[in-house]
Amino acid sequence: MSRITETFAHLRRRGRKALIPYVVAGDPTPDETVPLLHALVRAGADIIELGVPFSDPMADGPVIQRASERALAHRVSLRGVLEMVRTFRREDSQTPLVLMGYLNPVEAMGYRAFAIAAALAGVDGVLTVDLPPEESRSLIALFREVAIDPIFLLAPTSTSSRIATIGECARGFVYYVSLKGVTGAASLDIGAVTAKLDDVRRVIDLPIGVGFGIRDAASAAAVARVADAVVVGSALVSRIEGLAQLGSPVSLGVSSFIAELRTAIDSD
Amino acid sequence: MLNPSTSQDLCAMPDVHGHYGPYGGRFVAETLMAPLEELTEAYGRYLQDAEFQEELDADLAHYVGRPSPLYHAERLSRELGGAQIYLKREDLNHTGAHKVNNTVGQALLAKRMGKRRVIAETGAGQHGVATATVAARLGMECVVYMGSEDIRRQAINVYRMKLLGATVVPVTSGSRTLKDALNEAMRDWVTNVDTTFYIIGTVAGPHPYPAMVRDFQAIIGREARAQCLRQVGRLPDALIACVGGGSNAIGLFHPFLNDEKVALYGVEAAGDGLLTGRHAAPLNAGRAGVLHGNRTYLMEDEDGQILETHSISAGLDYPGVGPEHSWLKDIGRATYVSATDAEALAAFHRLTRTEGIMPALESAHAVAYALRFAPSLPPSQVIVVNLSGRGDKDIHTVAALEGITV
Repeated sequence: MSRITETFAHLRRRGRKALIPYVVAGDPTPDETVPLLHALVRAGADIIELGVPFSDPMADGPVIQRASERALAHRVSLRGVLEMVRTFRREDSQTPLVLMGYLNPVEAMGYRAFAIAAALAGVDGVLTVDLPPEESRSLIALFREVAIDPIFLLAPTSTSSRIATIGECARGFVYYVSLKGVTGAASLDIGAVTAKLDDVRRVIDLPIGVGFGIRDAASAAAVARVADAVVVGSALVSRIEGLAQLGSPVSLGVSSFIAELRTAIDSD
Repeated sequence: MLNPSTSQDLCAMPDVHGHYGPYGGRFVAETLMAPLEELTEAYGRYLQDAEFQEELDADLAHYVGRPSPLYHAERLSRELGGAQIYLKREDLNHTGAHKVNNTVGQALLAKRMGKRRVIAETGAGQHGVATATVAARLGMECVVYMGSEDIRRQAINVYRMKLLGATVVPVTSGSRTLKDALNEAMRDWVTNVDTTFYIIGTVAGPHPYPAMVRDFQAIIGREARAQCLRQVGRLPDALIACVGGGSNAIGLFHPFLNDEKVALYGVEAAGDGLLTGRHAAPLNAGRAGVLHGNRTYLMEDEDGQILETHSISAGLDYPGVGPEHSWLKDIGRATYVSATDAEALAAFHRLTRTEGIMPALESAHAVAYALRFAPSLPPSQVIVVNLSGRGDKDIHTVAALEGITV
């Protein structure tokens, strides 16, 4: 059983929902990333999504675009991100780690080289934003070989036949994009999310994480009532940006925000 | 390099998933997958629809002003002392470039699909102007994304778009040029996908865009083929077109793909020179990767980050290229060469002074290669150069380079 599947099973037994924070590797500086990941876990994260910076993050709003640019200013590469994961794993062998990014850095490294290096570094899942199941057959096969879970997005526009296709390819969990838009966009409509998750559950027997549009304790709690996991990205990354501008240590500063979300998610 | 077999129909690409050999495809986030399927279905349907095609043909004739002439540049040919140069005069189209062939088609499709809002990305501003133009005519809301760097160097086109009623949104992320405008337009589309039709201006992007834009631009090659047969009495020996994303080139090339004896030359922007790294020539100096929804040749660093490009011409300043060009390069059907900023500028002046035709700086790259290539051929040979746009928009750039304020 993968670390991701195990984590969800463990949470389910305790009647809890997963909190999945997203940060961009190397933002604001490469040295701060590993301490930040440990701080997120201490503050209550169950799984971490680690963004791989890319020059053209087409699916991201301005907050995560700027985070990518800050990381790329330090020339953070995919290999550099895997090195951070390796360092993180020296102290944490429990918390699942999902890489989230775009396909081209993976293409540049080579599918096989990436799959092997990611597995050795301790990556548990990979979400490639611009790689739909139709184009992902060879990469999925490689992930199976090295026991990495391919994570896929579902969207409000996903038709029932697409949901079925994604269900066949996905492992670990699926990530439901709560709204039509980019990361960090307007707030989500919980009624519409609930209805769509019912459709998804009829077809896909995997935990469902919901992201995009979760900005505070209230929206996190609302999503936790209907989903298996709450993904928080832009709201967290914009706090990191603010702390970095003030010159404050980011690990310390974001812990209270994560703890607040944790409490809200567990409150029901 | 593969040899295109005589039995293979080179016009049959892409496959049902939008692949041109290993290139093309559909690499976008899940939210856009169903809308792209819907667009593919609608486009496939209207491609067969007689009423749609009639309306398109009528617009191309009476609104765009087609057919565009195939003009024998006799004086230039004589001066060069080589092959006869014919210019396909896309610069004479309404709005001054080939871009309108495609926006007329996509706007009709948008109307049929019930979309009231259109968006576009633009580099030189030609596609933005062509989109704003058809939007004005059809009474549609129009938003154009343009890199702030391009807004600076193409001020006239920005004002034209505003006069036409479009909103021009400056894009300040990344390199602030065409690629970033495309990112931003995609972000708009994913947000407003229910109401909005994204009119992509080149043969890049996710399937069906590379095929759809090519089909709308193939009128260039169909006309040129018929005109050449009529005016010269036979097919040309070679075709030359500039390649940024590659829409004017594929539009000219496509109807000739199965005419083995017609050589195809795409001219990329070599900027300051291919060896300087300051250029926009992925087919000459890049490698395969994935950007903007398709797999194709790209300018990227060893980590897979997209590189900033450079060209004197904003319309060629793009790190990718249409996937069909990547395929045509690999199978050896087309040859991709390059021309530097300096060569393009010299060609701009040469054509202006010799024929009284002022080419866009983009098209001047094709002319530049013709100046190099024609003298190597005998006068009995015929070259068709796609004059994809007119140079009025570039007068300020050219003047500034010569230290003149207009």
